[in-house]
Amino acid sequence: MGPFNVLAYIIRRLIGAVLMLLLVSLVTFGIFFWMPKLAGQTTDQIAASYVGKAPTAEAIAATKERLHLDQPVVLQYGHYLKGIVAGQDFKAGPEVDHCPAPCLGYSFRTSQPVLPQLIDRAPATLSLAAGAALLWLVSGVTIGVLSALRRGSFLDRAAMVIALGGVSLPIYFTGLLSLAIFSYNLKIFPGGGSYRPFSEDPLHWFESLVLPWVTLAFLYAAMYARLTRAGMLETLGEDYIRTARAKGLPEKTVITKHALRSSLTPILTVFGLDLGLLLGGAVLTENTFSIPGLGQLAIAAINGGDLPVVLGVTLLAATFVVLLNLVVDVLYAAIDPRVRLG
Amino acid sequence: MTASDETAPAEFAERARPSAFLEVRDLKIHFPTDDGVVKSVDGLSFQLERGRTLGIVGESGSGKSVTSLGILGLHNRQNARVSGEIWLDGQELVGSTPEQVRRLRGRQMAMIFQDPLSSMHPFYTVGKQIIEAYRVHNDVSKAVARKHAIDMLGRVGIPKPDQRVDDYPHQFSGGMRQRAMIAMALSCDPELLIADEPTTALDVTVQAQILDLIRDLQEEFNSAVIMITHDLGVVAELSDDILVMYAGRCVEYAAVEDAFHRPLHPYTWGLLGSMPRLDRERSERLMPIKGSPPSLINVPDGCPFHPRCPYGELTGGKADTERPELRELEPGHKAACHLPLEQRREIWNAEIAPKL
Amino acid sequence: MNKIRPLAVLAAGVVVSAGLAACGGGDDGGSGSGPGYNSAIDKIVNTSDKKGGTLRLADSDDFDSPDPGNTYYAWSQNFARLYGRGLTTFKPAAGKDSLQVVPDLATGLGTPSDGGKTWTYKLRTGVQYDDGTTVTSKDVKYAVERSNFSDELQLGPKYFKQYLIDNPTPYKGPYKDKSPEGLKSIETPDDNTIVFKLKQAFSEFDYLVGMSQTIPVPQAKDTGLKYESAIVSSGPYKVDSYQRGKVMTLSRNTHWRQDTDPIRKALPDKIELQLKQNADDIDNRLLSGALDMDVTGVGVQAGTQAKVLNADQKPYVDNPYQGFLRFMSLNVNVKPLDNVHCRTAVQYATDKVAAQSAYGGPLAGGDVATTVLPPSVDGYRKFDLYPQKYQSAGGVDQATLDKAKQELAACGKPQGFTTKISARSDRPKEVAMAQAIQQGLAKVGIKVDIVQFPAGDYFNKYVGAPKYVHDHGIGMMLMAWAADWPTGYGFLSQITDGRAIKPSGGNNLAELNEKSINDAFDAAISNTDKAARTKAYGDIDEAIMKQAVEVPLIYAKALLYRPKNVTNAGITLGYGGMYDYLNMGVTK
Repeated sequence: MGPFNVLAYIIRRLIGAVLMLLLVSLVTFGIFFWMPKLAGQTTDQIAASYVGKAPTAEAIAATKERLHLDQPVVLQYGHYLKGIVAGQDFKAGPEVDHCPAPCLGYSFRTSQPVLPQLIDRAPATLSLAAGAALLWLVSGVTIGVLSALRRGSFLDRAAMVIALGGVSLPIYFTGLLSLAIFSYNLKIFPGGGSYRPFSEDPLHWFESLVLPWVTLAFLYAAMYARLTRAGMLETLGEDYIRTARAKGLPEKTVITKHALRSSLTPILTVFGLDLGLLLGGAVLTENTFSIPGLGQLAIAAINGGDLPVVLGVTLLAATFVVLLNLVVDVLYAAIDPRVRLG
Repeated sequence: MTASDETAPAEFAERARPSAFLEVRDLKIHFPTDDGVVKSVDGLSFQLERGRTLGIVGESGSGKSVTSLGILGLHNRQNARVSGEIWLDGQELVGSTPEQVRRLRGRQMAMIFQDPLSSMHPFYTVGKQIIEAYRVHNDVSKAVARKHAIDMLGRVGIPKPDQRVDDYPHQFSGGMRQRAMIAMALSCDPELLIADEPTTALDVTVQAQILDLIRDLQEEFNSAVIMITHDLGVVAELSDDILVMYAGRCVEYAAVEDAFHRPLHPYTWGLLGSMPRLDRERSERLMPIKGSPPSLINVPDGCPFHPRCPYGELTGGKADTERPELRELEPGHKAACHLPLEQRREIWNAEIAPKL
Repeated sequence: MNKIRPLAVLAAGVVVSAGLAACGGGDDGGSGSGPGYNSAIDKIVNTSDKKGGTLRLADSDDFDSPDPGNTYYAWSQNFARLYGRGLTTFKPAAGKDSLQVVPDLATGLGTPSDGGKTWTYKLRTGVQYDDGTTVTSKDVKYAVERSNFSDELQLGPKYFKQYLIDNPTPYKGPYKDKSPEGLKSIETPDDNTIVFKLKQAFSEFDYLVGMSQTIPVPQAKDTGLKYESAIVSSGPYKVDSYQRGKVMTLSRNTHWRQDTDPIRKALPDKIELQLKQNADDIDNRLLSGALDMDVTGVGVQAGTQAKVLNADQKPYVDNPYQGFLRFMSLNVNVKPLDNVHCRTAVQYATDKVAAQSAYGGPLAGGDVATTVLPPSVDGYRKFDLYPQKYQSAGGVDQATLDKAKQELAACGKPQGFTTKISARSDRPKEVAMAQAIQQGLAKVGIKVDIVQFPAGDYFNKYVGAPKYVHDHGIGMMLMAWAADWPTGYGFLSQITDGRAIKPSGGNNLAELNEKSINDAFDAAISNTDKAARTKAYGDIDEAIMKQAVEVPLIYAKALLYRPKNVTNAGITLGYGGMYDYLNMGVTK
């Protein structure tokens, strides 16, 4: 397959992704506006929840107009799409604010443009997710391989028990526990809410993320260890591993070059999906450690019925998942010559 | 492999060093499991000289493949108990360290596996896999190794080897893949080549080509070859000697001529009876061996074949209780059976041979 | 449409999470050093004039808006005084003293004229914004106009709009109406004078101008909804940055002068408020010393309550009233509760102790209530028209039940009756309360079915809409209430004045509409004598209780933690029983 085929494939997938994002946004829109209407709410009632604590009739009318809630849902959706393509104007008070394309609208709650918020918060989530992903991938795969190679040994059993713990303990619990021990008792790491962007203070950034990384990675490492172990055990039983040994290859080469590479391909798929979802917001970890990432934004937006922000985060998360899936598929083809893109 | 304390002392080993190129003595390969010990190979002995071919035949689960993997030292120490002796060109393998055995693998002894598709790594090109096999034992540059790989592919009859060297296994046809596998096995000029059902997964037309190839290469390299198969036709084609295995043991050992024309074990008769032949009338049916191979955990008392043997009753109950020794009954012809030799000859001549 | 909503009702939603079966009584003491348990309830503790350091605050949520003109949260009003000065404010003190209104930006309290319909304030001279420009009365007028009359700023209270005389053509706020005179009922004859003209006499106007909406905003710097991230400071601190959902940092406003400000000490050099912090982690950080204050002031989380009541921590804990009442309204239009005897029967038979336990016990829930006004509100008078006795094993005693049965007989329902009780489905403790009440009432034959509605629609669609209540026969409704300003009028008028009944979204759930009570409200609010007003509120409370329409359940309380690093810690009742942030400092 030539590079042009690959390019064509990627372009095809990207077009598909855009269509999917449109669908995601439409569904989100529908859930927000049609569902309440189906449940019998009037537009006024929907608007009333964005007015504040003194919802006078005037205030409701003004809010309806400001948020375009008085328009049919289809028009609102069109307005949203138009904003992405051509930008949007927003009446902030004494002056009109312009949000240039691609504009994802303004928050119903805070009146802030959505895209800058996403951009502002993405690095925290990215830092958290990428660091944890690296950690869980390395530790999970290492433990999984060792467990598979020493199947039935004490190490194997211990690792699998711990893995079970990792899968079943909630981050909320392990996170608060690790904070209590390592931050407030031993004072090794800074406590909750201490995250600073990398660009401000790299050292502090690192220190403040160690516990979140470890806590989040613990959960996933456990799962990846089990996956890797199962994959390795299966691969080690393959005929081509026997062939590799029969050729007289050192065991290390057999494991790393022949067995691991095959075992990792299914893990790659799961990894792409996990990382993609996390990049859309590591909700529990961000909440536990008070990291101002996309997950916190998403939760606040969902609780507050803040449609434009919910849409923004949803679209971003969907984009991450779609893109990572694409990357995984391309990588898959690169790793396994039997796989053809198409 | 055995633990080191079971290893013969150096002095004894010196005395016991055999003259044959490959000599297997009382090889036992047992696998402890939760259900009991699986005695896959249980006291197997044979010899093989350079340039000669030994066919090992038997049903599935008779211990053929386990034996070959045992010679190569491919059993996991954790779950296999190996005892006995394997002498390869004056070196005892069972007592050697895994590292010593590894260095011999691929270089002095090589193996061709049954299914070339699953036996080659799907992610690496055929060339890479041959190069890897060559370079692990030969300190040469990649370019030299690649040239060698192309050369080997050419010698096993793959057209345009300089192009196909960069293809992946799945891009080869079955026969070509087996040729590539053979090229890989022969890349270091091994003195012992073990072929484990090398043609089973192939089309009949390709089978013959592969067998021809192995024979030609054997002549060229003067290797010792162990041909493991359940197909007596293959054995007849290639082998000098035949070793018939049943329940982890050798029940008959003979030159090919003797084995086909004067077999001395009822199991061998059964195998021959199960073999389809073109020169037989179609109306006659095959004579399969009744029953199924025994469990290797609970091997039947006495002669392990007795539950399936039509002549077991003729031994006066001996077959049920006493295990028959493998005895040399004619020069170079051994069999393990309680039936008197004469009676066996009679049965063969009167009942079996005419029906084949 | 006029509408009053309480500041603390918002906080109420947060405090719901307190849920510990009380361990340890409410008595003072406890071992360990420190000022002692409940010591900051009625006096400022750790008093200090030491300047410097960083005051570290955290919030598990965020502001509605830090814009003084666009916020309703009680803690936000308390906190906004660090970067803004309204005309008046609550006295920086603890306990009862904190209910007193004192001048801030103004030189004195308002001068009423025209029978209490016109209020005049003089501004202090020399007060400057953080950019060095001088604060004028026009900025105060502008601040009131933008916060009460614009379409954009919707989040704050709208009292000025309710009480000020509107223009002949309704005023649409400074963003739409660019005319120089703006709202004509606010006059600024000179830069230091501001005059408010009201539709009716309103003696508690000093409380209204104490809200953050009179914190001056220079028109040239107003950016509407975006002002929250570019606030101009008139207080001792300027806002260095406000990042929604993350952090707000304050540092000294170098143009603030102590000689213009007699009530503030301005102790810390910096104030950092972390937002959207994990609630349980906030408690852990408070206990470990990594944090100085939970800014929302609604008490520690359920999981922390036992920890802070340990002997070593208890001296750093206060258990103040939170300014609101949890109660049950009995609707006078749903049979048979239209009969006062049936309502009285409910008063006797309601197991308030069980309801208190359901809400977290005496410490995290609050004290059993017998009046509508809670003790932390001006006008509270202690009385109990329907005294109950409880059995040691729990439950109302037989004598009290007998009284209830007598009332039932008088009502013509000697065997009891059937009705419904409502609670908010997403407030599990309120539902538990309803269950406790249900069990208690069953003992006298009053059978109630529990109906649940989501909190978001509770008033707008269900119990606040009389038609719905009548159609569905919901005789009893659970709710909580706090005042926007801590007087009897501020507390009672919206829940018991007949003119507060609305087709939907009302808070007078009982639909009490007694002319005598309505008149009493009018008389009280136009009375300029504070002592007379205070007495009147107690009388109104008794009059309401005589109608037996409200069953007071608990005066809400919370467990607040006061780290030793914090100086000048005192509970202000002006903002609903939280620490006063005006003069808070740190020891390091």
